Amino acid sequence: MAGNSSYNPTNKVEKWFDERLPLLRFSKEHLMDFPSPKNINYWWTFGAVLAVMLVVQIITGIILAMHYTPNIALAFDSVEHIRRNVNYGRIIQGTHAVGASMFFFAVYIHMFRGLYYGSYKAPREILWILGVVIFLLMMATAFMGYVLPWGQMSFWGATVITNLFTAIPVVGEPILSLLIGGFVVDNPTLNRFFSLHYLLPFIIAAVVALHIWALHVPGNGNPTGVEVKSSADTLPFHPYFTMKDLFVVVVFFIPFAWFVFFAPDILGHADNYIEANPFVTPAHIVPEWYLLPFYAMLRAIDFDVFFISAKLGGVIIMFGSIIILMVIPWLDGSKVRSGSFRPMFKPFYWLFVVNFMMLMYLGAQPAEGIYVILSKVGTAYYFGYFLLVLPILARIETPKPLPSSISQAVLDKNK
Amino acid sequence: MNMKKNIFAIFAVIAMLISTAPAMAAAVTGKPAELQKWSFAGVFGTYDTNQLQRGFQVFYEVCSSCHGAKQISFRNFAEPGGPEFSKEQVKALAAEYTIIDPELEEGERTATPADRWPSPFATELEARDANNGALPPDFSVLAKARNLAKKFPMNFYDMATAYQEGGADYIYNFLVNYEDAPHGVEIGDGQSYNAFLGTGISMMSPLMDELVEYDGTDVPLTVEQYAKDVSAFMYWMSDPHLVQRKTIGFNVLIFLSVLALLMYLVKRKIWAGVKH
Repeated sequence: MAGNSSYNPTNKVEKWFDERLPLLRFSKEHLMDFPSPKNINYWWTFGAVLAVMLVVQIITGIILAMHYTPNIALAFDSVEHIRRNVNYGRIIQGTHAVGASMFFFAVYIHMFRGLYYGSYKAPREILWILGVVIFLLMMATAFMGYVLPWGQMSFWGATVITNLFTAIPVVGEPILSLLIGGFVVDNPTLNRFFSLHYLLPFIIAAVVALHIWALHVPGNGNPTGVEVKSSADTLPFHPYFTMKDLFVVVVFFIPFAWFVFFAPDILGHADNYIEANPFVTPAHIVPEWYLLPFYAMLRAIDFDVFFISAKLGGVIIMFGSIIILMVIPWLDGSKVRSGSFRPMFKPFYWLFVVNFMMLMYLGAQPAEGIYVILSKVGTAYYFGYFLLVLPILARIETPKPLPSSISQAVLDKNK
Repeated sequence: MNMKKNIFAIFAVIAMLISTAPAMAAAVTGKPAELQKWSFAGVFGTYDTNQLQRGFQVFYEVCSSCHGAKQISFRNFAEPGGPEFSKEQVKALAAEYTIIDPELEEGERTATPADRWPSPFATELEARDANNGALPPDFSVLAKARNLAKKFPMNFYDMATAYQEGGADYIYNFLVNYEDAPHGVEIGDGQSYNAFLGTGISMMSPLMDELVEYDGTDVPLTVEQYAKDVSAFMYWMSDPHLVQRKTIGFNVLIFLSVLALLMYLVKRKIWAGVKH
């Protein structure tokens, strides 16, 4: 926490309040004074974008919940009712649905920035792990939210994904019945998913608070990866970064609005405009785009390994692909944080980015032929990057010389 | 600096990949679709009231004997941005229908503009019995539930141009491509062959030339024209607030663009004295 406070109560009331609940002092220290490296670039603004997106999703979600009916006989029609009969319902519903995509788009930028600049390294391991927890919660929330309109893709997505739990030996079946409230996806499933979909965003908000707390202990990293050495390296959060973040948030809202107002359905799947029907299976069951890389890795494992069935193997790989993010701070032993000073790291990093996008593409393709082979290669590289590339690079790579301080780096850049 | 150079590349690639999922929607195996020019296409598109009225006429005289539209209320036909029939016309239209209501003494009443479009069949079983075992789908959101499969990277182009009319194109191509089954293609009992689907289908060709009489216009009375009009009408049913949405969208985009510019200028001013 920023120790030396610059807050001085200006009158008796403020002083009285400050001695009892230093809320204004806290705000001054953390929303205004919070010193941030002056060289952080626009990739650092996506944290603010994400905070705003969480608020957008919660507000639109609360309004939608006022009009939505979580019952399998009524859910589909109630979403249509929102689109047609609720004032501006088409826009509120569109904002919420497109908002999920924009939220994930921003979170991927945020995470890839962290991976490039080594944001997970000491002393920010807890900050990074909390971020991974938020990402997991986001995926669970988005998945359950997608079930609520009770279209074909809602129903079959829920069926496929919840069925994964049966791969777990012994406890798999009981977990499945508990999760979906019966033996098949049905009204109890819809009810508990609605309840949890309403609950999880507030848990996300709580973890976000921890995430920001963990950020405010060591402070922001920066593109050089050199820690702040003196106050000459930093600027107060307000007005410098509040203004920069606000600018980016507004820019981010432009493509967001483009989708909401001109193409609200283009990111979704046409099949979800067909009411759920347990007797008709869609030709291709695909999750939303933001879950596709993980779906591709799930389907890449189509072979048994000893006593581990292909199904269980796929589930382990899929969950493992996210759990592994939590231990990168200890896999990447390189003392240099920023990828900018790591010549060997860079090509592997960009290959990782391209590989992730390839997996995203493959997740939407049918699980056959060349797509499966590519999925296996992609999965192998995804894990290889964390388990082999990062640890080995840490030993063999000779990083470029680091600037002596952030101020020095800025001076060099502006020469 | 390296990352900055890559900004646009990354955004472009991610944006392309975003739309891989919709690209898989409703793949058809038959002959390729001929995309139509729709008045409601693109960011400036609005519905053509006359076309919607003609489309309604096709729906009313042909389709509605088997297909319902349960999300549509009679009043919707008088709302701005739609077929815009007069209130009196809508009232008269509603009066042609009877609503079954066991709560009433007579068990039924005449429909009013506030009522939903009544389903032609009371139950699914009844509908299947009357249609060779097939269930005629409800029309309310059918134009959204059908789409044309676009391959990467064309789906990216669709996102940039806001192409949302895949459903209307799908329905049009479906309606105009009934023909005799090619040699060697097996279709089921009582089915007709549709070249767009590339399979047989339980509905026989619903349209033929001069089937519907358009009053007081010189619009051609052809299958193609009917198909186009009814596809547009079905698209309106699936997205009745399209015009209102786009209008607000323009205001929002203009507002955001100006605000972004102002934000940028303020930001630049604040940062002016700082080397960073």
